[in-house]
Amino acid sequence: MLYREAGQYKTNYAADVSVFPMREDRIGVIVVLFVAFVVLPLTANDFMLQAVLIPFLVFALAAIALNILTGYTGLISLGTGAFMGVGAYACYKLTTLFPQVNIIVWVIASGFFSAAVGVLFGLPSLRIKGFYLAVATLAAQFFLSWCFIRVPWLYNNNTSGAIEVPTRTLFGVPVTGATATSLTRYFVVLTIVVVMTWLASNLVHGRIGRMWMAVRDMDLAAELIGIRLLPTKLLAFAISSFYCGVAGALMVFLWYGGAEAAVFDVNQSFFVLFMVIVGGLGSLTGSFFGAALIFILPIALRVLAPALGLPLHPATVEQLQYVIVGALIIFFLIAEPNGLARLWQIGKQKLRVWPFPY
Amino acid sequence: MDLLYKIFIDPFVQMGAAPDLLVQTLWEGLVAGVLYSLIALGFVLIFKASGVFNFAQGIMVVFSALTLVGLYALLQRLGLSPGHVAAFLALALTIAVMFVLAFGVERLILRPLVNQPDIILFMATFGLTYLLIGVGQIVFGGESKVMIAEELYLPRGAIDFKLAGGFVSLQKIDIAAAVIASIMVATLAVFFQRTRIGRALRAVADSHMAALSVGISLEQIWIVTWFAAGIVALATGIMWGARSEVSFALEIIALKALPVLILGGFTSIPGAIVGGLIIGIGEKLGEFYWGPLFGGGIESWLAYVIALLFLLYRPQGLFGERIIERI
Amino acid sequence: MADRKAETEGVAFSLLNVQNFAQFRRRERPGKLNGRDAMKLKHVLLGTALTLAVALPALPASAEDGIYIPLLTYRTGPFAVSGIPIGSGMADYLTMLNERDGGIGGAKLIVEECETGYDTKKGVECYEQVKSKNPIVINPYSTGITLQIIPKAAVDKIPILSMAYGLSASADGQNFPWIFNPPATYWDGASMFIKYIGQKEGGLDKLKGKKVGLVYLDAPFGKEPIPLLEALAKDYGFELKLYPVTASEAQNQSSLWLNVRRDRPDWIYMQGFGAMNPTAVKEAIKINYPMDHFVGVWWAGGDDDARPAGPGAKGYLALSFNLTGTNFPVIQDVIKYVVDKGKSQIPKDKVGETFYNRGLLNSIIIAEAIRNAQKITGKKVINGEDLRRGMETLTITAARLKELGAEGFAAPMAVSCQDHNGHNAAFMAQWDGTKWVKASDWIEPLKDKVNPLIDAASKEYVGANAGWPKRTEPCDKSS
Repeated sequence: MLYREAGQYKTNYAADVSVFPMREDRIGVIVVLFVAFVVLPLTANDFMLQAVLIPFLVFALAAIALNILTGYTGLISLGTGAFMGVGAYACYKLTTLFPQVNIIVWVIASGFFSAAVGVLFGLPSLRIKGFYLAVATLAAQFFLSWCFIRVPWLYNNNTSGAIEVPTRTLFGVPVTGATATSLTRYFVVLTIVVVMTWLASNLVHGRIGRMWMAVRDMDLAAELIGIRLLPTKLLAFAISSFYCGVAGALMVFLWYGGAEAAVFDVNQSFFVLFMVIVGGLGSLTGSFFGAALIFILPIALRVLAPALGLPLHPATVEQLQYVIVGALIIFFLIAEPNGLARLWQIGKQKLRVWPFPY
Repeated sequence: MDLLYKIFIDPFVQMGAAPDLLVQTLWEGLVAGVLYSLIALGFVLIFKASGVFNFAQGIMVVFSALTLVGLYALLQRLGLSPGHVAAFLALALTIAVMFVLAFGVERLILRPLVNQPDIILFMATFGLTYLLIGVGQIVFGGESKVMIAEELYLPRGAIDFKLAGGFVSLQKIDIAAAVIASIMVATLAVFFQRTRIGRALRAVADSHMAALSVGISLEQIWIVTWFAAGIVALATGIMWGARSEVSFALEIIALKALPVLILGGFTSIPGAIVGGLIIGIGEKLGEFYWGPLFGGGIESWLAYVIALLFLLYRPQGLFGERIIERI
Repeated sequence: MADRKAETEGVAFSLLNVQNFAQFRRRERPGKLNGRDAMKLKHVLLGTALTLAVALPALPASAEDGIYIPLLTYRTGPFAVSGIPIGSGMADYLTMLNERDGGIGGAKLIVEECETGYDTKKGVECYEQVKSKNPIVINPYSTGITLQIIPKAAVDKIPILSMAYGLSASADGQNFPWIFNPPATYWDGASMFIKYIGQKEGGLDKLKGKKVGLVYLDAPFGKEPIPLLEALAKDYGFELKLYPVTASEAQNQSSLWLNVRRDRPDWIYMQGFGAMNPTAVKEAIKINYPMDHFVGVWWAGGDDDARPAGPGAKGYLALSFNLTGTNFPVIQDVIKYVVDKGKSQIPKDKVGETFYNRGLLNSIIIAEAIRNAQKITGKKVINGEDLRRGMETLTITAARLKELGAEGFAAPMAVSCQDHNGHNAAFMAQWDGTKWVKASDWIEPLKDKVNPLIDAASKEYVGANAGWPKRTEPCDKSS
């Protein structure tokens, strides 16, 4: 009743192949953007912005990155954390070497460094795939983690080994550093994430995305029909690492305000992988759903437990988080291997014929 | 020139100059290799029989060790006199717990996911890992525990002997670990070759469908396999816990078993042993003699880089089956 | 059957085909959930989402009438073995004050723990969460977390108490008005170590030509003493060798100690924490290193750092600035009002251990600072700015310690406007096989070496962080 295609006619090919063919979908996207850009800044308090929304957006971007590599191209990667770290440290070096350049430029530029490193560690992907590639990316993860600690040039020879984010401004308003308000940072992160999601959406719905999906489904057949495997896989690594790098730079510069090498360890890689699994492999909306569920869950636990009167010790909340995440992953893989995104699709499908069952 | 000297000549000069340190390093590498191969053994068992890459093997090591220590403490609190009796009773109870775990995993994870592609099962073991971490922390607490080595008759102390001007110290617990690992491997080899269930396991490893068609119950085989892997995990946990402590940090060390598997092949038990020894010795030698060139700490990634190089030239490992893709 | 693989393959071929097609069908079918189940699940998820959306904004209610003290503790993770006694000590003293005295100066203390797992990320998240509840002080209990929060403290106007950890340079009150780290910095500690080994060798000049090894955690905490040790190495002519331990390899230190065995340093200083410590002690015993030449920083001197290594750990030394044992009236009070009433989170036999008592000392400092702040401002319920003033003029004399029931428990300490540390003395404790005992007199740090370095480091920090706020808070007269 609410979500009907009836009466919507496509009058040209462009409308036919558009990403959101139904008017209701387009209205939905506009509503979501309106809520994100207008309603939330007006109503959310500092805590919501700083501790919930900004990290959610950052992790959603990282999940999109991993989704491009694992969901769309089928290359399992356990090196997400390290690639995010490359982006963060690259941004740090760039901004300390050239402080007068706008920080947003450097955030985007650091993605290119991350992409270069990603391509380097993606080179084995022509010879190996599946679990073996996962081990190759683990090699990348551990090696880069080691570099973040043992290459003093990366953190400007700081004795503590940690990097502090200097204050940088955008149009005169500070966006990084301790004086930047969470509202400013939220807008910057939101804009970057929206733009990059739009780019990713265009990529995966286009020719390149179809090449990736062909490689995922059966790479031998893809090679036979003329898709060159190595450039395609390397492009997937490059673009995925680019997104990882930008996500890492955003994480350090616009959320934490500083970092040390331990932030980008193998647990971070697993964290993002779980978001992708739960959200749905091969789906951009799934990345957002997965990031929301896996990231907001522990915060919700911490908040709801005292609200419901359960005397849960904070350490127990931590441990429960592990249990719930693990159980959720198993549950989703059994019940719906394609994740929350598929559930969303089924929901919309049902809504199209509601109130009839079919 | 100087750099080339430092990389290619100097380490060997150092090796010759202090042969006692070389032997000590080799021994440390051997011990580490034995422990890695025990973990890899668990992986191989499960992969051979069910095609599942069990990422949770590492946490099973920690979980089984924690269960043992926890049950021992519980028995003590219930009044059983401390010492060997309580320790072995706790050991028996832990074996029972591992059986229940195997049963639970088969029923709740493997059965519902029976026809899924391997990647899904791999991710499911991720979920199992986190679940076990959480449950382990809630039940046993997050801090490290001391393994009940003495109560289990595991020896303490070391054997020192002089060698070429220095000394080499062999910890007795390490010798015990090597002996127990060899016994375990031998038992498993005999089990696979001679017994009925062993043959059934090999059959399932070759082809699920064919095994089903001959009347082998896949579910029973899976329970047996996961139980065997659980026993191997328990042995690893006891050994490793006795050398250092039982803590959740062991779970990350278990990731080192992946390079071992790549070197040895995913489906080969002798491969797991050989691969483990190569990785262990290679890692320690590399860290001790070439590590200072890089600033130290290369142990964390050396094994993976060795595995990566292997992958590029021999992906199936030393003993694995050649992977032939058919369309 | 397994021996006749080829035949069985042929037989099973048709079955395998079925399996293949089943996989194909998998991709097209919308998952195991059919329509009705999907709807039910959707309802459940929708309901949960609505609940969350309602509950989340109803978020942290600000503290009711009382002084809110968040404790960033870690009871999980590789550092939990040390974090649990420290956190319990901190919480128990404050709870005792509530139970015995009804708070401080009539204002109740609201204590809340936030679990960080010694993870910098979670620590920063905890900080953001507690920020909105008007905390009067933050105890990050991790150098990594402290370093991240230091720039935020001045902007958010929340003082940070990093007792004997954190950034050594933050002892400079001029540039770090909101950061306090009594009773001694890591640089003081390292200088005390050098002074002690100088004493043992027969004079600081006898250190020339000796080898000193530093085994440290490869993290900001571990790297802290390096600049000072390098400076002292230049001054006194000893050779400094560095042995870093990566956090992930904390339990796998055999290669590192082989290096130690090869180099044979005369003395070893360990800047370690958590699970790294007992492993290090065990490895040192394995290579037959003399335990009385092995000195740990005060965070490497816990009971659980030495005990797991067994009888061979006897003689292991560590710096400490608080005594162990329960033989103090204040600890007896804690046992009476908190532990025996079941309000503590650790078993009774752990009360009196080094780290528990250290957590207690941390809370004593906080409580005294609160009292001081109440006196200065005349308010009962103080806020963060008040506490900053209270802390900056804090003096705990030996007489006051006796009043508190902690005579001899710790050295008297004083913090001033310019010196947020005090550079007080510590002593060498030694493990005798079952507990830590005081094995030396109180050792003063080499202030003439440490202070110039702190000034230089503080200037460097400010220079590296453009836009570092200049101090605007006035100096109160010392109470």
